[in-house]
Amino acid sequence: MSRIGVFICHCGENIGRTVDCAQVAQAMGELPGVVHSVDYKYMCSDPGQALIKQAIKEHNLDGVVVGACSPHMHEKTFRKAAASAGLNPYLCEMANIREHCSWIHEDRAEATEKAKGLVRFIVEKIKYNRPLSNIFIPVNRRALVIGGGIAGIQAALDIADGGREVILVEKESSIGGHMSQLSETFPTLDCSQCILTPRMVEVAQHPRIKLLAYSEVESVDGYIGNFEVKIRQKARSIDVSKCNGCGECTKNCPNKKIPSEFEQGLGFRTAIYVPFPQAVPNIPVLDRDNCALFKGRAKGVKKQVCGKCATVCGRRAIDFDQQDSFITEKVGAIIVATGYQLYWIGKEQESEILHGYGEYGYGTIPDVIDGLQFERLASASGPTGGKILRPSDGKEPKKIVFLQCIGSRDRAKGMEYCSKICCMYVAKHTMLYHHKVHDGKAIVFYMDIRAGGKGYDEFVRRAIEESHALYLRGRVSSLTRNGDTIRVQGVDTLSGEPVSIDADMVVLATAMRPQPGITSLAQKLSVSYDLHGFLNEAHPKLRPVETNTAGIFVAGACQAPRDIPDSVAMASATASKVLGLFSNEQLEREPLIARVDRQTCTGCFHCERVCPYGAVERFEVKDRKGNLIKVIAEVNQGVCQGCGTCQATCPSKSIELDGFTDEQIFAAVNAL
Amino acid sequence: MSVPAKEKASSFEPNIVAFVCNWCTYTGADLAGTSRLNMAPNVRIIRLPCTGRIDTLFILKAFERGADGVIVSGCHPADCHYTAGNYHARRRFAVFRELMEFMGVDPQRITFSWVSASEGGKWAEVVNSTTEKVRELGPFVSYPRVAHAQVK
Repeated sequence: MSRIGVFICHCGENIGRTVDCAQVAQAMGELPGVVHSVDYKYMCSDPGQALIKQAIKEHNLDGVVVGACSPHMHEKTFRKAAASAGLNPYLCEMANIREHCSWIHEDRAEATEKAKGLVRFIVEKIKYNRPLSNIFIPVNRRALVIGGGIAGIQAALDIADGGREVILVEKESSIGGHMSQLSETFPTLDCSQCILTPRMVEVAQHPRIKLLAYSEVESVDGYIGNFEVKIRQKARSIDVSKCNGCGECTKNCPNKKIPSEFEQGLGFRTAIYVPFPQAVPNIPVLDRDNCALFKGRAKGVKKQVCGKCATVCGRRAIDFDQQDSFITEKVGAIIVATGYQLYWIGKEQESEILHGYGEYGYGTIPDVIDGLQFERLASASGPTGGKILRPSDGKEPKKIVFLQCIGSRDRAKGMEYCSKICCMYVAKHTMLYHHKVHDGKAIVFYMDIRAGGKGYDEFVRRAIEESHALYLRGRVSSLTRNGDTIRVQGVDTLSGEPVSIDADMVVLATAMRPQPGITSLAQKLSVSYDLHGFLNEAHPKLRPVETNTAGIFVAGACQAPRDIPDSVAMASATASKVLGLFSNEQLEREPLIARVDRQTCTGCFHCERVCPYGAVERFEVKDRKGNLIKVIAEVNQGVCQGCGTCQATCPSKSIELDGFTDEQIFAAVNAL
Repeated sequence: MSVPAKEKASSFEPNIVAFVCNWCTYTGADLAGTSRLNMAPNVRIIRLPCTGRIDTLFILKAFERGADGVIVSGCHPADCHYTAGNYHARRRFAVFRELMEFMGVDPQRITFSWVSASEGGKWAEVVNSTTEKVRELGPFVSYPRVAHAQVK
């Protein structure tokens, strides 16, 4: 027979005013299995907890029920108290007679009756509670960061500085991400490369960071603390152990007319190239699609076409036969920091919701460019050496029109969300333009000005007051070629007048979207994403850097449009989560997870199908000779989150959720 | 029946059991309590980790043991703490409703709702409206008696 102790809390007046606690305690004391039943003013206080500890020892209790506030409030408190008195903490439960009773009813008789019923549920349930111990799973204390932009770099540095090894995987030839393409950053107007490149170098030189550039994640297996990641190191056609970054190959490559991705199509590069001078690692990559030698091979030409780079390479580092190679890394946590891409609105899109904006001439009118292209024009190491020049004829534009919200905040076409950074970078662009072209005129068409960060509103004010940018509240209906200029048809809603401007250049603030390939990466990681591809956080308010997949974290613009300070903050937050996870050799988990009864499981695997976390694995039951008897389900203790969907689905009732077994729940229902 | 059914029903206090999920509805009910929202005392909550844990047998057992009505409440679709448990509960419930009718239980006695952790007011509304609905339906007559009545 059970020896249960019941403790009814008055919670001062909170419960005591409405519920007759003494009566409830007395009624519970009469239940079979209850050997001790008292009421007290404040159970959670030290003397209150002492009552429990004393009773456990004096009456040899094997179960404790505290009728008080919500378990969300004090379950841990009472479990700790029970444990310190030698009672397994999972033999201690709470009945909620405050939030669910005394606080919502007025009639004393009704509330007292209900309190008795609620406590009785738990008393009957606890008779079937089993002592449980926390589960320990080993943790491999290395981290993987996917994405080498500012967020990935920050996360990697923080974890490495925290004493743990990090593997940083970046799909491009160099780390740095979009921040390396920017000219200056708001609101400080810091030179972007100047503040970024020291970090990039630190990553390359850090003893605890393994940098895998020009590499991608191929597959991910395992679970928190125990991930196994296969990484594809793409073929640069260069032996990285021999290359010293001298640049001779690049200088001598005959094909110099390939549109440069780094320059956003405004400049050119060679077939064997380093994307930008400050690249880390400073090792070139050979673009086989545009290389004469490889094109020759594809055509089946016997004699080697070109090969200049290999001839001039003093280190004999060029390897035209290099293949992609694969390595497997074991890590305990993964941070996704893959960043963003800008919405290229000029062309046909792959999905229904991205319609494209033909009326803006983007992609057809050469002087209609987007924000990143403007950054390259403004950048001192850009295709124009930092001069703002028209792509069409190289002349200096005297009038530039900036359009905000292109593709953002539009439910009918494009995306309904706000891309957050555009108001700020457009203001920045007007200032950069003014600094470089003193007699230039900048006009901005806006819907709202979103400048919520520190110093942000002041920054926009400066663009208007010091750089004399003209801000017109309204949208533009079309951009058409008008001889040498671009006819901008818009409206100024504050004056109510239509506006027609002949601009020399138009810059579009296009929407921020997650990187291409994000959905296939997310699927490899079992991380969920929204309809735009942005990765989902575990809870938007209180768990913004975790995902619902234990051990996988998100930082930066891959989760939502975000600026640099917030991306850096988020990256440091993920690092702190990872270092917290790594603070012990083992991960301690609450044991309220599922367990399979090996005798009765028939191996139908309905549970495997319904488990949202893929926590059900297969286990082979063998006889003594090693012959296979049956393959049954087994729960991975590191992955199971304890929802119980498997138990409700199991046709043979062979899987049980500890803490909420059928016995326990039926016992509670029977107490009605 | 000499007493009109409606009058008889109005003096009867229904017994209602609510199977709720820990993360959304239980927390929402906590919020209703913290906000001191007044509601009918007829509903007693049984806490489960997720509505996906709910075996339809719990509901049948509840009726058998004297419940006049049952509430099942969990997280909104797409917001399940365990990502998909509430979908399984919903599917199970769709099949279960037919079973209930077959057994002679009025499906109106079961309320299925989505109450999130921030919807204390909604929980109060669910409690009050379900209590009134079940009050009108009257006490639940247990299934063996229904089956025997038909046999006669």
